[in-house]
Amino acid sequence: MSEVIRLEVLRYHPETDSEPHFQSYTVPYSDDWVVLDALNHVKDHLDATLSYRWSCHMAVCGSCGMMINGESKLSCHTFLRDYRGGVIRVEPLDHFPIERDLVIVMDSFMDKLSAVKPYLIPKEEKPLSAGEYLQSPGEMQTFHQYTQCINCLLCYAACPQCGLNEDFVGPAALALAHRYNLDSRDGGKSTRAEVVASNEGIWECTFVGACSQVCPKHVDPAAAIQQTKISASVDWLTDLLKPGAHR
Amino acid sequence: MSRRPYVRQVERSWWLRQPRYVLYMIRELTSLFVGLYGALLVVGLVRLSQGHAAWDGFVAAFSGPLGVAFQLVCLFFAIYHSVTWFALTPKAMPLMMKGEPVPGVVIVGAHYVAWAVVSIIVLFGAGM
Repeated sequence: MSEVIRLEVLRYHPETDSEPHFQSYTVPYSDDWVVLDALNHVKDHLDATLSYRWSCHMAVCGSCGMMINGESKLSCHTFLRDYRGGVIRVEPLDHFPIERDLVIVMDSFMDKLSAVKPYLIPKEEKPLSAGEYLQSPGEMQTFHQYTQCINCLLCYAACPQCGLNEDFVGPAALALAHRYNLDSRDGGKSTRAEVVASNEGIWECTFVGACSQVCPKHVDPAAAIQQTKISASVDWLTDLLKPGAHR
Repeated sequence: MSRRPYVRQVERSWWLRQPRYVLYMIRELTSLFVGLYGALLVVGLVRLSQGHAAWDGFVAAFSGPLGVAFQLVCLFFAIYHSVTWFALTPKAMPLMMKGEPVPGVVIVGAHYVAWAVVSIIVLFGAGM
């Protein structure tokens, strides 16, 4: 018999289950298979009722984030060969409600993301005839890494603060806010500060650093948040000291 | 089809689940000892302001085996706290020079140099 590997998958059906439970599947082992391939094998050949999100199979779409042996990972980016001889335990991303099986409810993240206004808010609106908002390569480099975020939510699943306080804006949204605050074409920093510099924003972060360690795109949300803390503190102090700025 | 999302509770032992969380909690714990040593310094200042006898009593109390052991424990945790903080500084304080990012090792190294300089000044001031 050719080599196999065992998956233990957390299942939850909202209409029939009162709570989630693990179900085991034995799938063929292949050196070049990732966990997503194994799940697709289950779906296609063993159990068509298994639900999970995926799309691109190449770490670009950010859909297939899951807890794999307790670590948040993209299942398309996690090879079976790294678990050879063992059991692979697959669960939905931590710190999110389970919609069904491995599918999480991500509404809270979508609300937080839109709350930080992750888009360019120009310092001053220009008419089309005035041309583009220009930027040098050096100016672009200051924020480039943060543009790599694919909203896969691995950082939210790795961050203990996200689990302990559901209102925490969280790593990805704060990193994206930082991305636009750093952009030389942007003038929306003070507008974003209402959410970013609130108690549920950067100040809820205690610099565990797990967000940056699990990011599959090498974004560094922990760094973004610490830099925002410094910048927000400077802004607060400046406002305090500026004549007539406080009453 | 009705929606009935299942919410999982975070266990109290969440920090034991991964080595990175344990290391984080140890670092948080070190703050307690840094704070305790800070409190010790404040008490020392108060005793100093109360005169020679009070100060001598304070010094004697912390020169015994227990006092020295307490200070050694605080020193160990303060060093752990400082070293782990220095390791994080390139994230919190990235620098750009001539359009290029300054390498992390330079930022961390500068903190060690500053630590050494301040320590030498303090030791010099203490008459060593």
